[in-house]
Amino acid sequence: MADSMNVFDRSLVRRHRDRAVGTLPGADFLLREGAARLADRLFDVARDFPLAIDIGCHTGQVGLELKGHPKIGNMFQCDMSPRLALAARLNSPIATFAADEESLPLAPASLDLVISNLALHWVNDLPGALVQMRQALKPDGLFLATMFGTETLRELRTALMEAETETMGGVTPRVSPFVDVRDAGNLLTRAGFALPVVDAENVTVTYTDMFKLMSDLRGMAQTNAVHARHRKPTPRMTFLRAAAIYAERYAATNGRIPATFQLVTLTAWAPHASQQKPLRPGSAKTSLAAALDSTEQPTGDSIPKPH
Amino acid sequence: MVTPADIDPKLLEILVCPLTKGPLEYDRAAQELVSKKAALAYPVRDGIPIMLPDEARRLDDH
Repeated sequence: MADSMNVFDRSLVRRHRDRAVGTLPGADFLLREGAARLADRLFDVARDFPLAIDIGCHTGQVGLELKGHPKIGNMFQCDMSPRLALAARLNSPIATFAADEESLPLAPASLDLVISNLALHWVNDLPGALVQMRQALKPDGLFLATMFGTETLRELRTALMEAETETMGGVTPRVSPFVDVRDAGNLLTRAGFALPVVDAENVTVTYTDMFKLMSDLRGMAQTNAVHARHRKPTPRMTFLRAAAIYAERYAATNGRIPATFQLVTLTAWAPHASQQKPLRPGSAKTSLAAALDSTEQPTGDSIPKPH
Repeated sequence: MVTPADIDPKLLEILVCPLTKGPLEYDRAAQELVSKKAALAYPVRDGIPIMLPDEARRLDDH
């Protein structure tokens, strides 16, 4: 049932992923982009990863990027859709299994690297999934992931919302809620990770019209799976109106419409004693003035006395 | 001659039951990964372990 913890209908997410087996190869440019970014980040890390896993592997985009790289020893991949997992193994022949990100079948402290490419935005319990991934990492193991951020599909969200208000007299969630860059670092810390780093970059893709965009989203298994979504078929008029609003408001002079995808990259480490840590507040042995080779000046502020 | 695609032994080392996080036994003949604690047998299809509880066989079924 839908409740505050279960925003997404996970069995529908799985059906969307199963269904996308045939269409993903032509619609996976964002996945390939995300995989390339993850590979770039990884190769900047001066470390080897004897045991690595890609969680939510789609059709093997990350495996293809990382396979055979000297830094990676054994690579595994999994997806919640058995059909995608099979397709992934055909594309990128590494050890593959099917698993749900919300209950991962991974032994504690067994892996050196956990990677996830644009898969975690369909997870209901993201803090819980992050905790499980951290627990699967050995101490000082690396977590590296891309997720869609809140800016993702903002044009589509606006156009659909306005069209729905006009034609149906109300709005239902049509575009998934995405992670806020400002919250992502806190999420990582709450999940017990050390040294979290979060950054975001917008990728703009242009389409001839809104329907082409929506067909691409379906191809990528990114169709609406929000529990509170509208269950009745939406009148075609609503989509036509949304497409018109989208074009009026956002189209470039050549008539093509932009779609924003915000790629948020998360980097964090499973805690280990060797890692740098902030000192305890008040533990400083030198004043800031001394460090700056200056003298301490009173600010002149007076502390108001309580009445 | 290749028998039913076998599971990578390295993969078997990292897999546990998704529900109990307890150990799994690989039944090669039945192509199943058995979690005694959860009383579930997870199927292995084409060498791909399907670690989804709703796809697993209940062990007390028969």
